[in-house]
Amino acid sequence: MNRPIRVMSIVCLMLFVALLLGVNYIQFVDADTLNAKNGNRRVIDEQFARERGPILVGDRPIAESVPVDDVWKFQRRYPEGKLYSDITGYFSYTYGRSGLEQSQNSILSGSDNRLFVNRVVDLIGSNQPRGGSVSVTINRKAQRAAAEGLDGLPGDAKGAAVAIDPSTGAVLAMTGTPTYNPNVLASHDLDAVTKAWDRLNADEDQPMLNRSTQQTLPPGSTFKIVTAAAAMENLDLTPSSKVKGGSALSAPGFGSYQLVNQGGGNCGGKNITLTQALEVSCNVTFGDLSMKVGQAAMQAQADAFGFGTRPIEQVASNPSQFTGDPDAELDPPQLAQSGIGQFEVSATPLQMAMATGAIANGGALMKPYLVSTVRSPDLKTIETAKPEKIRDAISGGTAAGLSQMMVDVVDNGTGSSAAISGVEVGGKTGTAQSTSDRPPYAWFVSFAPADDPKVAVAVVVESSSTGRDDISGGRLAGPIARSVMEAVIGR
Amino acid sequence: MSTPATSPAVVHRKRRGAEALLVALALVIVIFAFCAVGLGARGKVPGFVAGLAVLLVVIAVATHLVVRFVAPYADPVLVPLVVALNGLGVAMIYRLDLARLDRLGDEAKQFAGRQVMWTAIGLALFVAVLLIVRDHRKLQAYTYTFGLTALVLLILPLLPVIGTQINGARIWIRVGGLSLQPGEFAKICLAIFFAGYLVVKRDALALAGRRFMGIDFPRGRDLGPILAAWLVSLGVLIFQRDLGSSLLFFGLFVVMLYVATERPGWLVVGTLLFVGGATFAATTFSHVQSRVDAWLSPFPVTEGTFQLTQGLFGMAWGGLLGRGLGEGNPFLTPFAYSDFIFASFAEELGLAGAMAILLMYGLIVERGLRIALLCRDAFGKLLATGLAVSFALQVFVVVGGVTRIIPLTGLTTPFMSYGGSSILANWAIVALLLRISDQSRRPPPEAAPLEMDDSTQVVKL
Repeated sequence: MNRPIRVMSIVCLMLFVALLLGVNYIQFVDADTLNAKNGNRRVIDEQFARERGPILVGDRPIAESVPVDDVWKFQRRYPEGKLYSDITGYFSYTYGRSGLEQSQNSILSGSDNRLFVNRVVDLIGSNQPRGGSVSVTINRKAQRAAAEGLDGLPGDAKGAAVAIDPSTGAVLAMTGTPTYNPNVLASHDLDAVTKAWDRLNADEDQPMLNRSTQQTLPPGSTFKIVTAAAAMENLDLTPSSKVKGGSALSAPGFGSYQLVNQGGGNCGGKNITLTQALEVSCNVTFGDLSMKVGQAAMQAQADAFGFGTRPIEQVASNPSQFTGDPDAELDPPQLAQSGIGQFEVSATPLQMAMATGAIANGGALMKPYLVSTVRSPDLKTIETAKPEKIRDAISGGTAAGLSQMMVDVVDNGTGSSAAISGVEVGGKTGTAQSTSDRPPYAWFVSFAPADDPKVAVAVVVESSSTGRDDISGGRLAGPIARSVMEAVIGR
Repeated sequence: MSTPATSPAVVHRKRRGAEALLVALALVIVIFAFCAVGLGARGKVPGFVAGLAVLLVVIAVATHLVVRFVAPYADPVLVPLVVALNGLGVAMIYRLDLARLDRLGDEAKQFAGRQVMWTAIGLALFVAVLLIVRDHRKLQAYTYTFGLTALVLLILPLLPVIGTQINGARIWIRVGGLSLQPGEFAKICLAIFFAGYLVVKRDALALAGRRFMGIDFPRGRDLGPILAAWLVSLGVLIFQRDLGSSLLFFGLFVVMLYVATERPGWLVVGTLLFVGGATFAATTFSHVQSRVDAWLSPFPVTEGTFQLTQGLFGMAWGGLLGRGLGEGNPFLTPFAYSDFIFASFAEELGLAGAMAILLMYGLIVERGLRIALLCRDAFGKLLATGLAVSFALQVFVVVGGVTRIIPLTGLTTPFMSYGGSSILANWAIVALLLRISDQSRRPPPEAAPLEMDDSTQVVKL
C-alpha cells in the first residue's frame, strides 16, 4: 500500500502548494488592487485615523484634520465649509470623497509615492504617518466676493461664479449657490451623516453639484463672443466690418420662422459694424454670421476654446457642447440659433471663463488648475504647478479686436453693470431660455484690466426675478462679476 | 499486497525529550501571542498571562508524561504542532473577544474562555483515547459499529428536537445548552469504518476489473460501496446543506479506496462522480449556486459576497508582515473567529504568518502520512492515511475557500476555529495517529527465537 500513500503525499503537497500560492497572490500580488477596492473599510478606517494633510488658501486651511477623542482620533474640519465646498469636496467615512479631497487623496492621506521617505522616517520613529498639504490657487477676496454676490441674490436664485487668471489658467474663485456644508458629511456621527446625505441628494436644487464645472447650461448671448471669433477668423471680419443688422432674420430654409432680437427691437440699422452688433447683442447679426461661417467651422471654433473636453481634472467636471450630436447636421434655423448660444449649445461657467480668458490673453487658451503647491508633511515643496497652454484658440489679431469689442460692450453697451471706474473692463451679457416654464439664465462673462488682464470671470444666475432681456441679465450677474474682478485687481 | 515498509533492522528512538523541547517552544510562541494581543489591542500585557503560562506548563507536563508512559514511541512532532496551532487559535479568539468588547460593551459574547474549556476537554479526550485504545488494531473488530455510529451521527442533526439549523446549515445538535457538530466525530468513525471495511474487501475490489486506456477500472458490481458513499455525501449536501462535510466524506472514501486497492481507476471514478455531483449541486441548489457565484465574481461587494470580500480585504491589508496581533481589523469580517480565522491570522501576522500556519498544517499531514508508511499492518496504514488525508482536505477546503481558490464552504479550521466539536474530534485524531505511530515505531516483540524453531512449525511447506 505504500505506493498509493506516496502518491497521496504528493497530492497533499500539491494542495498545500495551491494554498501557499493563493495567499501569496492575495497578500502580495493582488494586495494593492484589493486595498483600492470600493467599500474596503480597513483602508477607510486607516485613512480616517490618520492625520490628513490640510488644504490651504494662502496660509489658512480650508480643510484640516484636528485631534479628537474617539476611535478615529482625527476629525476632518472645514473652517469655512460652505464657502469652499466646490473646491475641497467632502471626506466622509460612509460616502467616500469628492473634490480635491478625492483628486489629491494620495498626498493628503500620505500614501503618495513621493512621500515614501517620510513614511519610512515615521515608521522608524514610530510616529503616526501624516499627510502632505495642498495649496490652492484661490484668491480669498475673490472667492468671498463671488460667494457674497451670489448670496445677495433673491431667495430662490441658483447660480455659480468662477474666475481664472487668463495668463496662467489658475482658478481664482469657484463657488455656487445653493451649496452644502462638507462638515456635515465629515462628521463621525454616522447616523447624522446618512441623514444629511439623503437630504442633500433628495434636494432637487442639487446642492452638492459643482455648478462651475459640472452643470452645463445654454450660454445665450455670451456665446456670441465665440461666434464673433469664428467670423473674424473664418470670414476675415474686423471690429469695424459691416454686418447684417435689422430686427428679424429670415433665410432660405427658415420657412415661416424668423430669428428676432431680445424684446423684438432693431439693432440700429440694416447694416451695422461688428462692434455695434456685439454692444447691443444683436441676434440677427450673430445668427446670420453663424450660418455664413457654417456648422463645421463653428464647431471647430467652439472646440478650440475647449468645448467637448472636460475643462479641469482636479474636481469633477463635464465637457461643454456646441451640438448634442457632432455628427448630426443642423438645419439653418438651428445653426442660426446655435450662433446666439441657444438650441443645443450648452456650457459650464468655467468653460465660458476659459473662452473669455483666451480672448483677453492674446488668444492663448490656458489649462485651468486649482492646486498651486503640494508639500510634504515637513513642508518641503514636492510639486509646484506650471501653467500649461492648451492651444491658441484664435489669432493674436482676432483676440485684440474682440477684446476691444468686449470693452466697448461694457463702456457703451449692455455690459455697463460691470464697469469699474479707472479700469478698462471687457464683458458680455447673456440671457438664455431653456424651457418657457423655467426662469431664464442670466450670464455675464468679463475680464479686466483690458491692457494687462489679471482676471476672467463667468457668472450664471438662475432666478425667477430675471427679466427675459439681456440688460436685466447683466443687471443680476454683472455686479457679481464686477466685485470679483475688483477683488482680484485690488480696487 | 505490499510488504511492510520497515525492515526489522531499524530501531526507532523514542524522542520524548525532543518532543518536550518542541512543546516548550510551542508554549513560548503561544504565550508571546497572548502578550502581543494584549499589547496590540490594549497597550499592556494581559494580567492573566502569568497564570495562563503556569496552567499551560502544567497541562503540557501532564500530557508529556501520559504520552511518555502510554505511547513512548509515538511521533514526537505532532503534539508540539497541535499545541502551537490550538494555542494560537485561542489567542486569536481572545483578540476578537476584545474587539467585540470594544464595540458592544458588556453584553458582547466572549468565546476564548469556552474555547479554553473545550481545549481542556479535548486534551482529556486525547489522553482517554491513548489510554483506552492501547492497540489500534483492536478497533478493526468494531468496524461496523463505527459505521453505524457514523450514520447515526450524520442523521442526528436532522432529528426534530435536538437538531438545529444555524446559519443555513443543519449540522448541529443542541444538548443541554451545548451545541455540537456530530459531523466532526462522524469523520473519525467513517475513517475507522472505511479502513476496517476496505482491509477486508480490498482484494475483491482490487483484482477484478477491466483495463481501459491503461487504467484498471473496477467491475460494475464492485461500484456498490463507492456509490453508497457518494449517495451519503449527496444526502449530507441536500439535507444538511453542508457542502464542506459532503466533499470531505466523499474525498476521504475515494482516497482510502484508492490506497487500499492501489488502483488509480478508483480515483478516476471518484473524480467523475464528484464532478457530476458538484455540477448537479451547483445548478440545483440555490445555496450552492450562490457560493459559486460569489466565488466567480466577488466584486462589487454585495450581501452574498460580503464575508468573502471582507476576508480578502483583510488578507490584503495584512500584506507581507501583517498588521501585528491586536492591531488589524479582522473583526470586520463575519465569523472571523471561526470560519474565517485563517483570514484573521493572515491579516495580523501577514503573508509570513499565514505561510507559517499553512506549513504547520502541512507538517501535520506529512507526519500522518509518514506514520501510515511506517505502520506494519494494513488497517493501521489505511486508518492513518485516511486521517491524514481528511485533515489535508479539510485544511484545503476551508483555507482554499477563504483564499478564493475554490468556492467557500463551511468547514472548521482544525485546532484554530472556535468550536468544541472540532477541537475534540481533532485531538482524538491526533491521539489515534500517535497510537498508530507508537505501534509502528516500537521495536518488534522479542519472539524471533520461537519462529526459528522448526519443530514448532505446524505446517511444513
